[in-house]
Amino acid sequence: MTHIKTQYNRRSFIKVSAAAGGGMLIGFSWLNGCKPNTPEPEPGVAVPNEWFEINGYIKIGDTGMVTIYSPNPEIGQNVRTSMPMIVAEELDVPWENVVVEQAPLNTGWYQNQFAGGSLSIRLSWNALRMAGATGKRMLMEAAAKEWGLQVSDLTASEGIIKETNGERTIGYGEIASKAVGIEIPEEVALKEVKDFKLIGTSVKNVDGSKIVRGEPLFGLDFHREGMQLAMIQHPPAFGMKVKDFNEAEIKSMPGVKDAFIVDTSIAEPGGFDEKGFLQLIAIVGESTWQLMQAKKAIKANWEATSELESSDTHLRRLEKALVSGEVQESRKDGNPEAAFKKAAKVIERTYSAPFIAHNTLEPMNFFANVTEDSAELIGPTQTPEALEGSVSKLLGMPLENITVNMTRIGGGFGRRLYVHFGVEAAAISKKIGSPVKLIYSREDDMTQGTYRPTYRSVYKAGLDENNNLIAFTVKGAGLPEGPVFPNRFPAGAVENYSAEKIKAETNVTTGAWRAPRSNFTAGAEQAFLDEVAEAAGKDPIDFRLELFDRAIKDPVGEEHEYEAERYAGVLKLVKEKANWGETKQGVHRGVAAYFCHSTYVAEVFDMVMENGKPIVEKVWCAADCGIVVNKDSAINIIQGGVIDGIGHAMYSQLTFENGAPAQMNFDKYQLIRHSQAPKEIEVFFVENEIDPTGLGEPGLPPAMGALANALYKATGQRHYDQPFVTEKQVIG
Amino acid sequence: MAKFNLKINGKQQEVDVDPTTPMLWVLRDHLKLVGTKYGCGIAQCGACTVHLGDNAVRSCQLPVSAVGEQQITTIEGLSENGDHPVQKAWMEEDVYQCGYCQAGQIMNASAFLKSNPNPTDAEIETAMNGNICRCGTYTRIKKAIKTAANSQNA
Ligand code: FES
Ligand code: FES
Repeated sequence: MTHIKTQYNRRSFIKVSAAAGGGMLIGFSWLNGCKPNTPEPEPGVAVPNEWFEINGYIKIGDTGMVTIYSPNPEIGQNVRTSMPMIVAEELDVPWENVVVEQAPLNTGWYQNQFAGGSLSIRLSWNALRMAGATGKRMLMEAAAKEWGLQVSDLTASEGIIKETNGERTIGYGEIASKAVGIEIPEEVALKEVKDFKLIGTSVKNVDGSKIVRGEPLFGLDFHREGMQLAMIQHPPAFGMKVKDFNEAEIKSMPGVKDAFIVDTSIAEPGGFDEKGFLQLIAIVGESTWQLMQAKKAIKANWEATSELESSDTHLRRLEKALVSGEVQESRKDGNPEAAFKKAAKVIERTYSAPFIAHNTLEPMNFFANVTEDSAELIGPTQTPEALEGSVSKLLGMPLENITVNMTRIGGGFGRRLYVHFGVEAAAISKKIGSPVKLIYSREDDMTQGTYRPTYRSVYKAGLDENNNLIAFTVKGAGLPEGPVFPNRFPAGAVENYSAEKIKAETNVTTGAWRAPRSNFTAGAEQAFLDEVAEAAGKDPIDFRLELFDRAIKDPVGEEHEYEAERYAGVLKLVKEKANWGETKQGVHRGVAAYFCHSTYVAEVFDMVMENGKPIVEKVWCAADCGIVVNKDSAINIIQGGVIDGIGHAMYSQLTFENGAPAQMNFDKYQLIRHSQAPKEIEVFFVENEIDPTGLGEPGLPPAMGALANALYKATGQRHYDQPFVTEKQVIG
Repeated sequence: MAKFNLKINGKQQEVDVDPTTPMLWVLRDHLKLVGTKYGCGIAQCGACTVHLGDNAVRSCQLPVSAVGEQQITTIEGLSENGDHPVQKAWMEEDVYQCGYCQAGQIMNASAFLKSNPNPTDAEIETAMNGNICRCGTYTRIKKAIKTAANSQNA
């Protein structure tokens, strides 16, 4: 058994108990109407009459039913199921007895309450296990006291405590009331990985039955009696600001209660305050449709405050940056220039990708109720703590007076790391003195910014006469941030290596988009390596394995960010599972592997051409994310990443004319659809006992590379510029 | 403003709204049936799919004034206890990621299976192509539709 310090103390427990007593932890039940704790579909045990708060994660009912609070935002990565699974494992209760509730923001008890960087499980693994183990220990101590025994005389499993040398047993529910007064242990024992019963199995989504029945779960579904609705209108182009608008006319429209310009600027904005526009026209009323009509009737004077950029401006800036831009980060090993001179073959290729929008299917929205001395925020945010901070700055209100509750979130992809829509809701609520739900239209959402930057990278490789890779360089520029990770593969695997990450300017706002930078670099690098392997006359997997071999046996340079063994491991696994090397008539194969967010993923695509269109028939994925918590849900998120990667590499782009995005809705902005998705995606995991990392992002990046490489085999043409469908080639 | 008597999920409902209001907003804002989702408002994403009679329609494009006597079914009314074969298949395959598109997917799939109880893969793709899943659950949706078809035909 592993022993671990709990890091809990009396004070943090009292703080969370007080919060619970004040109704914060127990009270967030609007989603379930008047039956907040009724489990669904069928509970393993009866609904309790009384609940006992064991710690900030666990509440046990007198019938043995257990409520586990899920601390982090749920954006579709399924942490609302997998995080409580970890608690339940160490608490050792049957999963049928568990109900899950979303915890509110509570910085006193929970750490890292955010959804980003594929970090939820990775950062909370210990805290969740500890919470469960602590609960179990307290229940056992209470039972020991009751029976006049020592904890060492007892065992606990499946929600039941047993006497080792006797007949007595007691259920968690029966002893829970006594466990409440037990001192929190300073050290607890954790299970051995081999003893896991729940972790590693497939547990169904805890919200499944609610999702299929259309129950209110999302921010956009939130309703409170007396609440107003609001919509905003932002300037039509980046570089513009609102001066004034036909306020009187808008106010006189049917269903409009108020219309005004709202200023949402705050002092010392942080990274999550990125947003397109600070001043917005806000319209308040009671019906969404009437607000949409009023929005259409807005006649505003917009003034240009900086350059109105177009896509060709962006391209010119990227090209220039690659020649003379400011280098943000770099690495150099050996002497690439000299190596290129003596190389037998030199290959140089340029890759590019456009701005893209997150396009979560649930548009931005938030509920805010700001009074003289309090602010209540409810809605879809990936960063509740950042939102709380920004609202505090906006209102000049102390953090203690602000509460943030999270709804289920209709897609994140990084978009909801940025908190402006919550801040805007608070600003509007303050102005009108009433609770309000702010709703973005799809057009507002798509044209507001925080996009994935546009990128351009030049890769160069040199092979000697024996087809060994002797030099590799990459220069990558982005608006505004370059896409290069200087210490990632193939750093460490090539004698002469350099990488430069270069920045350039834009007034289009950008932000983290699922697997930032990797979402371009993986595709470019993996497609480039494919071309280099071909020039070397080597099998693309063998070629990569040779490089990993070098990085394992004799790494070049001081450090690299990846573990070459694990990287090679996923390639070997996918090679085996896909029967790599086998050829089938009319089936074209591409491979790619990538490491990001501490997880390794390799993918093989089988592509066929049907009526001139490329169809991905089958995808094999091999992933190494350490311990897999919820197997089928882990598979689901990788499958989603693959489809997302194909979709954005193939179809999606945002272009600009005079500062305005040319695509505002799904008629012009193409997202991947059913018929374009792979027919089958099989996912395999490397089995090990390494602490789990994350899966929300790592499935996506390699898909772009495997797609490009399969497309080459299928069409005979290399694809360099995303979205591939717009390239002049055969596809589409 | 005008009064409309609507048949929704087997119940008679009266609303007093602007006649141009799309059913999507009548359902969401006026009747608080929020299972039907807003995704694009221009018939491109399918999140707002409901049944008008037996047909799947995009409620964002259906003005309340055009409904008349026709019966509307939303996700809340697809089955009494969430046990329509399509809903059951969705749970069995654990289809969803964020879940936001799924009400629309389920409404589209259930109408489709009614007209075509034994679809081929290609027919499923064509029928479902108007429903975007931003999270990329397409392969699972297809599997769930086949599971539902098999259970109905069993
Ligand atoms: S909201 Fe109706 S199709 Fe998108
Ligand atoms: S599950 Fe998120 S949009 Fe489909």
